[in-house]
Amino acid sequence: MGRALRYLAVGLGAVVMLFPFAWALITSITPSDAVLAVPPDFTPEGASLDAYGKLLETLPFWRIVANSAWIGAASTLLQLVTSAMAAYAFARLPFPGRGALFAVYLATLMMPLPVLVVPLFIEMRMFNLVDTYFALLAPTIASAFGVFLLRQAIRQVPREFDEAAVLDGAGHFRIFLYVVLPLIRPALATFAIFGFMASWNSYLWPLIIIKSPEFMTLPLGLATLHGQFTTEWDVVMAGSVISVVPILVLYVFAQKHVIASVAQSGLK
Amino acid sequence: MTLTAAPPEAGATHGRRAPRRRWRHAGTVAVFLLPSLVPLTLYTLVPMVASLWTSLHEWDLITEMRWVGLGNYVELIGDPGTRAAFGHTLYFIAGYLPLVYLGGLGLALLLNRAMAGRSLLRGIYFLPVITSWVVVALMWKWLLNPASGIVNWALGLVGVSGPGWWTDPAWAMPSVILASAWKDLGFVMIILLAGLQAIPKEYQEAAMVDGASAVRRFRHITLPLLSPSSFFVVVISLINGFQMFDQVKIMTGGGPGGATQVVVSQIYDLTFRYGRAGAASALSWLLFALVLLVTIVQIRGQKRWVTYG
Repeated sequence: MGRALRYLAVGLGAVVMLFPFAWALITSITPSDAVLAVPPDFTPEGASLDAYGKLLETLPFWRIVANSAWIGAASTLLQLVTSAMAAYAFARLPFPGRGALFAVYLATLMMPLPVLVVPLFIEMRMFNLVDTYFALLAPTIASAFGVFLLRQAIRQVPREFDEAAVLDGAGHFRIFLYVVLPLIRPALATFAIFGFMASWNSYLWPLIIIKSPEFMTLPLGLATLHGQFTTEWDVVMAGSVISVVPILVLYVFAQKHVIASVAQSGLK
Repeated sequence: MTLTAAPPEAGATHGRRAPRRRWRHAGTVAVFLLPSLVPLTLYTLVPMVASLWTSLHEWDLITEMRWVGLGNYVELIGDPGTRAAFGHTLYFIAGYLPLVYLGGLGLALLLNRAMAGRSLLRGIYFLPVITSWVVVALMWKWLLNPASGIVNWALGLVGVSGPGWWTDPAWAMPSVILASAWKDLGFVMIILLAGLQAIPKEYQEAAMVDGASAVRRFRHITLPLLSPSSFFVVVISLINGFQMFDQVKIMTGGGPGGATQVVVSQIYDLTFRYGRAGAASALSWLLFALVLLVTIVQIRGQKRWVTYG
């Protein structure tokens, strides 16, 4: 295929990918009475930030953004710690029933979320945890996927390193902290990226377990907003823009690593 | 150490030998394992067992559970609503998978050569992948708005009268498919691009020396050597496709007239709209069984078309 044609194809594709974001931004600053106008107005006369004002009046939106950020960070951190420790046990500590227990972890990996949400909701209700931060975090504390991924990484660390540390008098905790963890940093970063994205984008579980606006995360907040402003697309798009910006900023900085992580996941 | 099935080198880690003391590390093992095992038990294993148990009952989440044995399963298998939900899910997959695979393959092939701005383009194509489903669904619902959406306006410019998209039973599922393919295109592209770049250049060069045409090189070298990546894309897409929910919930709510009611939205409605937690649990296990079956069939069948080399 000709060079020019190739550039044209990928360039057009890029426009298709970017346009919905640009249109969301334009809609969000269009005055309310002009939003539904046909033909659409590409250069909105007297662009206004009214939609953003309305958004912040309806929902505690900054709090919702903050919720998404700290829940995402906390869930990522918790998963990293619990998974790395369990992965170390499965890779380096011999104990009876290790293989069987690892098989149990793998089995939970195949469990679709829909199987779990109903009983999980009932469990949370039993302990009066519906509509709490804890309920949002609970199912993400442990990650079988993380244990699997990090165990693979730890197994690739040569045992000579452990042994050298043992000769220096190090126990398992020190080997874990100072030998193994630094050597599996790429795998930890990959897992952190997947963990944060999963939490940031999660909708089904928050939808079931959260009712009050002050505990909502962004996807649920946006869906709620859409439920209230079904035809006021400027407000809904304003919310979408606000929720895309933080992850976009992170993405610009971590783009190479994010893409490399995803690319690797297919090369197994 | 001699009593355990652990690999021999595991004992060597510690230098000392302590035969017959299998639980030598019990304390250490507990400290490393429990932080993940306790939450996994509480929030995954217990719900799994509870879900199986619930599926054997009729339960509205409020009054006493009533034992019905396999009644829920029998009812669901004969139920037109359930069949429709599975049908809609399959319709989604049948539209989504070819679109996202062929689109992703095309893009990967285009970007697999040195070109200016390649990493920027890759970043742009990947943008929808990191965007949450709710945002994507809302953006597309607005783009595909029948009366005031920009897509129908653009279609109008070229003399096409746009359809009712998500408000029209016939066009609702295509709308969902379109938004989904747009979101996942970058993911598929990245996976396939990594696969393409792992193919040694020597193969293509040797074939060129032998005078093989571009089409033949693609069919006999690129496609077979890309098959592990393709396999990964198909397996992941099917697993996700069977469990899709967010986009439907936001774009159509399962409508209009139930035209986009998929299996997971049916599970959600059974539980929270119709108060039938037992039937919902049974349906979720039917879905799990189907996903498992499809995945096993694919893994078994991969010998026929996947080349590892």
